[in-house]
Amino acid sequence: MATIALVAAGVIYLAAYLPRHAPLGPAAGLLVAAAAVLVANLVLLSRQPGFAWWRFRQVAGWTLLAYVVIGGMIEYAFIYDRTSGAVLAVMSLLLLTFVLDVPILVAFTVARFEERARAEAR
Amino acid sequence: MTATSHELPAASAPAAERLRPEIVPLRGLPIAGVVIGLLIVSIAGNWRWALDFYHVVGGGAWTALDLFLGFVLGPTIGRLSIPARVELTTRLMPKLVLLIPTLVTMTLASGFQLARLNGMLSGGYPQHAWVVASFVVVGVMATVALGLLEPANIAVLFELRKPVPNGAVIEQLMRRFIYTAGVTGLMQVATLIIMTRLAS
Repeated sequence: MATIALVAAGVIYLAAYLPRHAPLGPAAGLLVAAAAVLVANLVLLSRQPGFAWWRFRQVAGWTLLAYVVIGGMIEYAFIYDRTSGAVLAVMSLLLLTFVLDVPILVAFTVARFEERARAEAR
Repeated sequence: MTATSHELPAASAPAAERLRPEIVPLRGLPIAGVVIGLLIVSIAGNWRWALDFYHVVGGGAWTALDLFLGFVLGPTIGRLSIPARVELTTRLMPKLVLLIPTLVTMTLASGFQLARLNGMLSGGYPQHAWVVASFVVVGVMATVALGLLEPANIAVLFELRKPVPNGAVIEQLMRRFIYTAGVTGLMQVATLIIMTRLAS
């Protein structure tokens, strides 16, 4: 959730300046923070003993497909609205962080309730 | 993040009598596809009437749904018997997996384009602060909905599909779902205030 909140803050900051170009320092900082939290989450998740990775991969895969489609639509809107240069790059990276984070959230919420016995049997 | 204990009592309904829900209602996918496709056409063509339609209809339906789920259906579910709760949840939740993201996409995509076409994104727009306020409200809703509400929705459906669903897990997830629907419902009230402010 922290990743999503940081991404949302970055996008809101940039959108509030549109159509002008916002100073990119704060947005880049929020992007770095969001990415760092995302990576930290993945590291912590990888250390969970007996986690139902088979269920995690199943749910994350399909959710990622859905959010790639959604992310593609949002990226299309950015380009259609003539966002360009460094602002487009930062917004695209924020969007990428979002697209990667939501499937992890959904898949973790599902997989955490899988029985350990079934997870180990697979 | 830690794994949840599974030493909890399971739901009592025999497996043969239980409905086994779809995670994503496949019959609804073509409808959602048409809606989103026409949205993309409306944006590409700057079709103002269609953008207004999408924003008003999507926003109205999304707002009403969030308020209903959070403040009417939630308390009602809490008073139902366990078998009734399970059946309602089994029938309702798959529909929401498709419905809410479609309504949200309709509302936000068309809303941003309308703001751009109407000059509301410009810093010189007299009520620009209210526009930015609407961004903040949507950001809060997105964080709550994507971080808590949608994962709970999906997780409930996976639990209901198990041969012996864990009732305590379902109750915990549904409680999270209903409470977060209430939070987003309150955010919707803030959105109503902002939107009527911008329109007046």
